Amino acid sequence: MMQKTSVRKAYGEALADYGAINPKVVVVVADVSSSVFTSIFADRFPKRFFNVGITEQSLIDVSAGLALGGMVPFANTFATLFLRALEQIRTCVAYAKTNVKIVGGYSGLSDFKDGPSHHTEADVAIMRSLPNMTVLEAADAIEVRKMVPLVAEHDGPVYLRISRADMPILYDDSHEVEVGGSSTIRDGDDVTFIASGMMVSRCLEASKILAEKSVNARLINMYSIKPLDVSAVEKAAKETGAIVTAEEHSVIGGLGGAVAEAVVNKYVAPVERVGIADVFTETALSHEELLDHYGMGVEDIVEAAQRAIKRKKK
Amino acid sequence: MAFHSEQLVKELNGISRDLRLDVLEMIHRRGQGHPGGSLSAAEIITAFYFHHLRIDPSRPDWVERDRFILSKGHACALLYAALARRNFFPRDELQTWGHLGGRLQGHPDRIKTSGIDMSSGMEGHGVPVGAGLCLAARLNGLRYRVYVLVGDGECQGGVLWEGAMIASKYRISELTVIVDNNNVQLDGPVHEILPLDPLVEKWRAFNFATLEINGHDTRQVLDALDAAKEVHDKPTVIIAHTTKGKGVSFMENQAKWHGLAPNDEEYARAVSELKGGLRE
Repeated sequence: MMQKTSVRKAYGEALADYGAINPKVVVVVADVSSSVFTSIFADRFPKRFFNVGITEQSLIDVSAGLALGGMVPFANTFATLFLRALEQIRTCVAYAKTNVKIVGGYSGLSDFKDGPSHHTEADVAIMRSLPNMTVLEAADAIEVRKMVPLVAEHDGPVYLRISRADMPILYDDSHEVEVGGSSTIRDGDDVTFIASGMMVSRCLEASKILAEKSVNARLINMYSIKPLDVSAVEKAAKETGAIVTAEEHSVIGGLGGAVAEAVVNKYVAPVERVGIADVFTETALSHEELLDHYGMGVEDIVEAAQRAIKRKKK
Repeated sequence: MAFHSEQLVKELNGISRDLRLDVLEMIHRRGQGHPGGSLSAAEIITAFYFHHLRIDPSRPDWVERDRFILSKGHACALLYAALARRNFFPRDELQTWGHLGGRLQGHPDRIKTSGIDMSSGMEGHGVPVGAGLCLAARLNGLRYRVYVLVGDGECQGGVLWEGAMIASKYRISELTVIVDNNNVQLDGPVHEILPLDPLVEKWRAFNFATLEINGHDTRQVLDALDAAKEVHDKPTVIIAHTTKGKGVSFMENQAKWHGLAPNDEEYARAVSELKGGLRE
């Protein structure tokens, strides 16, 4: 088993480290600072830290105002709670093109213990449908460290999705990220996994099981969900002829939707989507248990790959 | 507090009348728009754009300028007319308001239109956005002030009060909110749709300094804006009591004229009333 590290803590540390380099970065948070580790930034840069209480709508609007005043605000709360501020995000950030960085913590099912009220199944679908919005998701602690400066220095609104989970380390410090980029972790020509976040490491495990069955799977970490690395998707469709998407999100409108949209243009290939099957989930004793129960287990991914391969045109 | 001469007040009253005529012409020409809430704010917008605001039309992005957010974005015809008369863009462009491909959108758009500090149209955002702009000024060592004009109906929205709490937490004295308290919203009288009373006490309870004025009395508007600058430990709200549709008898206090364009006959009547001078 690979070593596991907290992604949210890595985010909090990276934000504070980057805050030392870029004095324009400010952090705004809605009463979840100790949960999403913006408390590290708060301790180091108290003047650039604003806890606005449980006011998600104003969390976004105050951040928009800070951006209008030339700052680079990172607005933080749980991913689901940003849905409360959707109109603010749409009007005052995306439409008004304010340079606000929206960081959705506790994404997917990673807050397993708090139950479906706290789970996030629709955020990617919603955020990526907003014009001007960039959507990124981190797959490990190294990647989130790399994303903090990328997000801050990207000119425009960004939604960054961060899990509460400890995740296996996939990368070393040489890993590079860019808006619109992707990272091919494993090459193969029978089928391609296109995954984001926690599902990347699960797809890696699935690809090892498939290798034992002489199925050679490619694995792409699609950390930039919007803009999507369309050329990587088309190349996968052309070269492997079958695609499996895997995300800790509804199978409607998220990464699976984005890939399916991209794959109908140039090189058409079957797409199997692994994710939450348009249901509200439940409370569980562990994150892993919840993912397995709702169809995002390693076995589910293996089976999806086998189905996709079967659907290939002979 | 600065003394405002009779001559200044008279001059500004003349501009308010001209802006009302501009607004009616724009709405009549377009066949769309919001006359009621534009006419109620004419003296307020005039006081800002022709006297109070520290702005420079030749440098719309000047970082030290005062910021103005028309949170009641539906009154944009009035703001566009004022910006045009201050040469932020040519007055001829007012004729393109609402035309596809034009810069003057149905509600203010900061990206498209010179002189607009924040896009608006959905109610309630101005107060928290204004608070954020003030926090940025502090961090950047700038001394600009931020003014937010809201409607009274707009005070029904929760995000406005969230913003008010945040502004008072950080003692943002650089923020002044003006409520265009015209008592009428889209569907009818505010006290019937969702009562706000006691409005002044609400703002006071949110730790704002409060001022109450007649929003059609230019001298009172000017004095209140100066008085707000003298408050140094909290944000200020100016409750400006106004009349929806002010200056056009058949539009006054009528919810119907919230978002309706006058026909030719109504337009002619409105113009002749306004040219006959504001009725008191």
